[in-house]
Amino acid sequence: MTDIEATDWGVIVVGGGNAALCAAIESAEAGHKVLLLECAPEPYRGGNSRHTRNFRCMHSGPLSVLTDSYGEDEYLDDLMRVTKGKTDESLARMTIRSSESCLPWMERHGVAFQPSLSGTLSLSRTNAFFLGGGKALVNAYYNCASDLGVTVLYEAEVEHIGIDGDTCTHVEVTHGGKRLTAKGKSIVLASGGFQGNIDWLARAWGPSARNFLIRGTPYNRGKILADMLEQGADTVGDPTQCHAVAIDGRAPKFDGGIVTRLDCVPFSVVVNRDGERFYDEGEDVWPKRYAIWGRLVAAQPDQVGYSIIDSKSLELFMPSVFPPVKADTIEELAEKMGLPVAPTVTTIRDFNAACRPGAFHPTELDGLATEGLEPPKTNWARPIEDPPFYGYSLRPGVTFTYLGLKVDKGAKVHTAEGPLSNVWAAGEIMAGSILGQGYLAGFGMTIGTVFGRIAGQEAAAHAG
Amino acid sequence: MLDKTPLSPTQEEAARQIEICNACRYCEGYCAVFPAMFKERAFGAGDITQLANLCHNCRGCYYACQYTEPHEFALNLPGILAEARTESWERFAWPPAPAKLFQRHGVALAAAFVLGIAALFWAVATLTPASGAGFYAALSHGIMVAIFLPAFAFPALALAMGLRAYWRETGGGRITLAQLKDASLSVARMRNLDGGHGKGCNFEKGNRFSQARRHAHQAVLWGFLLCFAATCSGTVMHYLFGLEAPYAIYSLPKLLGIPGGLLLTLGCIGLAVLKTKADPELGTHTAWGGEMAFVLLLGLTGFSGLVLYAATGTGAVPALLALHLGAVLAFFLTTPYSKMAHGFYRMAALVRDAQGKGI
Ligand SMILES: Cc1cc2nc3c(=O)[nH]c(=O)nc-3n(C[C@H](O)[C@H](O)[C@H](O)COP(=O)(O)OP(=O)(O)OC[C@H]3O[C@@H](n4cnc5c(N)ncnc54)[C@H](O)[C@@H]3O)c2cc1C
Ligand code: SF4
Ligand code: SF4
Repeated sequence: MTDIEATDWGVIVVGGGNAALCAAIESAEAGHKVLLLECAPEPYRGGNSRHTRNFRCMHSGPLSVLTDSYGEDEYLDDLMRVTKGKTDESLARMTIRSSESCLPWMERHGVAFQPSLSGTLSLSRTNAFFLGGGKALVNAYYNCASDLGVTVLYEAEVEHIGIDGDTCTHVEVTHGGKRLTAKGKSIVLASGGFQGNIDWLARAWGPSARNFLIRGTPYNRGKILADMLEQGADTVGDPTQCHAVAIDGRAPKFDGGIVTRLDCVPFSVVVNRDGERFYDEGEDVWPKRYAIWGRLVAAQPDQVGYSIIDSKSLELFMPSVFPPVKADTIEELAEKMGLPVAPTVTTIRDFNAACRPGAFHPTELDGLATEGLEPPKTNWARPIEDPPFYGYSLRPGVTFTYLGLKVDKGAKVHTAEGPLSNVWAAGEIMAGSILGQGYLAGFGMTIGTVFGRIAGQEAAAHAG
Repeated sequence: MLDKTPLSPTQEEAARQIEICNACRYCEGYCAVFPAMFKERAFGAGDITQLANLCHNCRGCYYACQYTEPHEFALNLPGILAEARTESWERFAWPPAPAKLFQRHGVALAAAFVLGIAALFWAVATLTPASGAGFYAALSHGIMVAIFLPAFAFPALALAMGLRAYWRETGGGRITLAQLKDASLSVARMRNLDGGHGKGCNFEKGNRFSQARRHAHQAVLWGFLLCFAATCSGTVMHYLFGLEAPYAIYSLPKLLGIPGGLLLTLGCIGLAVLKTKADPELGTHTAWGGEMAFVLLLGLTGFSGLVLYAATGTGAVPALLALHLGAVLAFFLTTPYSKMAHGFYRMAALVRDAQGKGI
């Protein structure tokens, strides 16, 4: 095996997800000796990227599996809407424009695409889906990197980026119980956010964050982000915020991924631990409301919610990974779910009494609203009355954190004194530079691919 | 079409995994299994049998899955579908007992082979005809027919019974020509073996894609069909035109049989080698021996046929004939109970799938 410490690396890449791999491949193709340090063990390599399903791609005409066209301005509008303007427009435009050439690049490096998945037709124009999902993409890139001679070290946690003046001199890694020092001409930081670090989340959000579930990898603990902050790197993004959605409360603490998603809320009544409703379940179509329910549930006692439907709604949404709790009466359901029986029964009774006759359309805003109920349910309000009844518990599931390193168009990391001479950042660790708030489906992989490639090219050019 | 038959432990585990896939759907584009799966919300025994027989163990969905062990969801869809598939063949086999033996135990298949050869040696030794040319000098045409007609008719009947049971369990309806055509096209091109992206399957090279298995399997399939056609053409020439073996090199049986035998032999060698390199945990690992023995028996059938032809006119013919016909006999008689049955059930699954797609 290559001697990590004795080798004079051209480019050292910290992290092993999409952004890291794109950077490593670009640098290796430019002819450099590349070392990729991934802190996860091999079966869990690939960070949150292994959980993804698509990336958002600009295109002026049909491209691979993408239909029709999706132009720069429309893409930017979509981004502006979700971030409420919290973005850097010129960085955003550059990212969007570069996304179009990324798709063929990805195909050339082994990524296969498939038409938009059943149940996600609305994304067939804007998002290209990876055949097999993110893990297949990650596998393809690792194979490609290995063919290009990239040295990959698993279970290699980078502890510290050694910086002298404006230059990174070395990185310190723990591997196989030993502390190693690796030296390289250029360094790319692609180690994701800090959502795997529950203590940090709890400091940022408050103690209730200990009840949050983490949808992705436990290995993104923000060690390098913290290390760089300590050394005065410029940051961007709200340090207290994370993107959270409401997921199945029975999901594992980490790595539950896509299948723990629950789409039942719009057709249900959602109560808290005390059996009380707290928000309009029918405010908008689910894809648009998916993200706010993470916060809503996070604000409830014990950070938990319970979504209750009856038999007529069971098949209106994507199947869930865990079977719902099932009962013939609301009393029995409340009991089985650990809810206080009397208040729950009262909530459902009041809700049912507030429902009005009218046409129900599951796929559009049907205006079928409750009357005289607080909070109201403004669409899809049908009484919960046809047994059997079904219940799902909901908990906040964190996707990513917003705090990151501020970069320029060349993906360079800055401090108050100006840019560092040989440090670049890509992916989640700098995504806050463009995505200051909210989330646009498929944009995380776009940022990682665009900036990973730029960082890899720039790092290679610097290495000579 | 949810039926209420209680699920076997294997089917329970398959259902658990399938429900996870149904909430995920990332593998939709790999093969026909996923689109068929995503049409349902609950999975009964018949659904699982149908999905299991649609799967051809390309393993794409294993290597792409973010939930494989050590993850607690412990997905191994190729493995559990393979297990459910083997169990279904054992269940449908008529009578069922030999399937339990030959599906999983290579030794049993080897024993059948040895018995087949012994029977033929005995026939060659004791029933030597007074006259006859070529291999008919060693064993008369009449005796051969007396041995192989039942050895062909019985497995055909047994398979028909098995397929009928398959059709019942999976709730199949009346079959149309269009459905047969759709299924046959799938088989002929091994449509599902291209991995959905044309790069093949994940078999002998872990998560890297390769066409090797597709090509080897195509060689076996076409080699087998050519050999079968050669035999049929020989039969037709014998009975309809009174043309008896041995046939010249430019005759139909030889033109079909020689390339067929070569393809069959090389394809089987290929499949056997690939099998030693692939991870047994992603297949029916308890049937590895039975499957391997089957591939070798099939390859040996083709190879011994070629050698027999090459030895025409030499003193080795009687022994080689006994070897070749012994292999053929063992192969035919065990067909409903060995891995060979998969071809028939797979065809049934493709027809059933065409029905499900509304063709
Ligand atoms: C369930 C889920 C589904 C998602 N779906 C999509 C989607 O469909 N489309 C989309 O665009 N985005 C999606 N996202 C967001 C997307 O995952 C991220 O935007 C993207 O993966 C970020 O890529 P990355 O390379 O920056 O980080 P990651 O892929 O998370 O990689 C970070 C890597 O750094 C390693 N690492 C961390 N710390 C260290 C250290 N100290 N030393 C060494 N290595 C370290 C980690 O092990 C990991 O390999 C999803 C997220 C989740 C959780
Ligand atoms: S095999 Fe894994 S990745 Fe593929 S659909 Fe099933 S759960 Fe999803
Ligand atoms: S192993 Fe291949 S054929 Fe079988 S379900 Fe998975 S992808 Fe489909």
